[in-house]
Amino acid sequence: MFAGIDVGSLVTKAVVLRDGKVAGYSIISSRTNPRKAGEQALEKAITNANCKREDIKCIVATGYGRSSFSFADKTVTELTCHATGAHYLNTEIRTVIDIGGQDSKVIKLDESGKMSDFAMNDKCAAGTGRFLEVMAQALEVGLDSMGEFSLKSDKPCSLSSICTVFAETEVISLIASGAKKKDIVAGLHMSIARRVGSMAKGLGLQKEIAFTGGVAKNSGVRSAFEEFLSVKFAPISEDPQIIGALGAALVASKF
Amino acid sequence: MAEYTKMWEDIGLDLKRHDTLLEALGKIYGDVYMTQTNRPKGMEYFDFVVSEVHGLRIKELMEHKEKGGKVVGTFCVYVPDEIITAAGGISVGLCGGAQFSIPDAETILPTNLCPLIKSAVGFKLGKICPYFEAADFLAGETTCDGKKKAWEILDNYIPTYIMEVPQKKDAIDRELYLKEIKAFKEKMEKEAGVTITPEVLGEKIKLMNARRKALERLYELRKSSPLPISGKDACLISQIAFYDDPVRFTSKVNELCDELEKRVKNGKGVIEPTAPRILVSGCPMAVPNWKLHHIVETSGATIVCEETCTGTRYFDTPVVDETPTDIDGQLKAIADRYLNIKCSCFTPNDDRIDQIIQFAKDYHADGVIYYTLQFCLTYNVEYEKVKRALDKEGIPLLKIETDYSEEDTGQLKTRIEGFLERIS
Repeated sequence: MFAGIDVGSLVTKAVVLRDGKVAGYSIISSRTNPRKAGEQALEKAITNANCKREDIKCIVATGYGRSSFSFADKTVTELTCHATGAHYLNTEIRTVIDIGGQDSKVIKLDESGKMSDFAMNDKCAAGTGRFLEVMAQALEVGLDSMGEFSLKSDKPCSLSSICTVFAETEVISLIASGAKKKDIVAGLHMSIARRVGSMAKGLGLQKEIAFTGGVAKNSGVRSAFEEFLSVKFAPISEDPQIIGALGAALVASKF
Repeated sequence: MAEYTKMWEDIGLDLKRHDTLLEALGKIYGDVYMTQTNRPKGMEYFDFVVSEVHGLRIKELMEHKEKGGKVVGTFCVYVPDEIITAAGGISVGLCGGAQFSIPDAETILPTNLCPLIKSAVGFKLGKICPYFEAADFLAGETTCDGKKKAWEILDNYIPTYIMEVPQKKDAIDRELYLKEIKAFKEKMEKEAGVTITPEVLGEKIKLMNARRKALERLYELRKSSPLPISGKDACLISQIAFYDDPVRFTSKVNELCDELEKRVKNGKGVIEPTAPRILVSGCPMAVPNWKLHHIVETSGATIVCEETCTGTRYFDTPVVDETPTDIDGQLKAIADRYLNIKCSCFTPNDDRIDQIIQFAKDYHADGVIYYTLQFCLTYNVEYEKVKRALDKEGIPLLKIETDYSEEDTGQLKTRIEGFLERIS
């Protein structure tokens, strides 16, 4: 059996593979200690897979905190892991859009599933999970319910700023001016789609396209992307948040 | 360094902050340079130069001034050292590679300005850099808009002369630049109270050409596999070229090259030959900016060449033609050589793009990292042309846009490791 740990800036994920299939996984908050989060996520995934630590032959760590997880046999970047994970679930996938806590990435894959190019946001939280987290707080809306909430909007607000700091100010003044929260949330989702979508267009968008990472669970952002890019995302049979960890486990199985 | 305290005090440094800077520099140098293994013995001299960067070299500059010589601070590879030295002056490339002085600059300059300009101006404002304090005047130039306008402000703190560098390379631009070279010669003669003779200028042309040839020899050796010297060490040598004594520097680089030639002959390298070879292309890296080199070379890859102002643009061939024996002929030879430098402030600048492709081949690079400083407009925009050309050639390319702060190191490491996974 093999394991992959994706130690993200906000959330840590672990996947355990048995006979090339997902046997168990876990998703926990990274909090302030990425090393501990990695261990806890692994333990939980092992329990969910109904196996023991000794059964795991190889562990690959990925994500922002990959080097702080000392039990890993190898570290690989999340770029390669998302490509590997997405290719495993659907060999037709040629582009992966991954939005995590602090990074948004667009990854191009060749037919064999190898990463052929990528683009990442510059040092800035615009268009990331952290951006949505800050806005959810400002709006007093639950992070998990933002997606459904925004889909009720028929008149999304237009937000001019993509910077987390300025967008927060803009959101606060929109609330003050009496704009509906659902319209503001829908506007925020559009701004992420525009920002990351332009990055994807710059790299060259090739079908099929997968949307992965924690933000992919937000149905509002998904539909904003599909509208901005005029595409439909390929369905993924696993939780989009664990694709990086799944990729890491797959790399472990070939190591 | 205690023996220099009086000298630093005399030239007007803010001693407390200068101490903090030196301490930080020492630590960074230790972490970045002294952790390397298998370094050539010839690097000892350059380690020594760094350890004495604000000590012995400043002492030499002050002694030179006592004897009536001038010290001229420069920022750019378009200011001809031949003319400064022919007037009996010493040219020093000024520091602009540290985050440390940026808050000083941001009190008078916009935040969204390139870190190199902010860092340099901040060093003067904060009285933290002895080179600024030792300089009689600065020779700035009009390569980019940020520098051009910042020099006007810097002139309030230290006399700053500005040379115009044209934006194109046609006949009328060459004419203008030649006039600027002549004007700069007159400026130097006036400042130093001397007349530059063809004999002395010819000698200095040979001296600077020898320095270029030594650096070219060093870079030539970096084409070998296994690689005889790390990218970090080679980058440091290029940086030191800007302020070390040119005669001593040239002889030390040649000594090092003798050692490296033996390494190449014996197949001895600093890293296993399978390590990915990276060509860095873009903005200058002023001391102590070793950020990119450190990340790349601690991620299992190595840098084989810098197509930057602190790299090939500094010594780029052809060297100044040594045949003219009259002043006019010599000045024209100088102008011709300098205007051949391929900086992104020129349009068109297709020669640079052809050269990047040629370097990628010559240095057997597995990939190119395009390095641009934040808010460096010309290099940032020129990326698109470079990308199209390199895509066509099938050369993998990664763009990195960053400044001197450390907060994006984690993200950069992910990108660079991802790039290495992509090209392996």
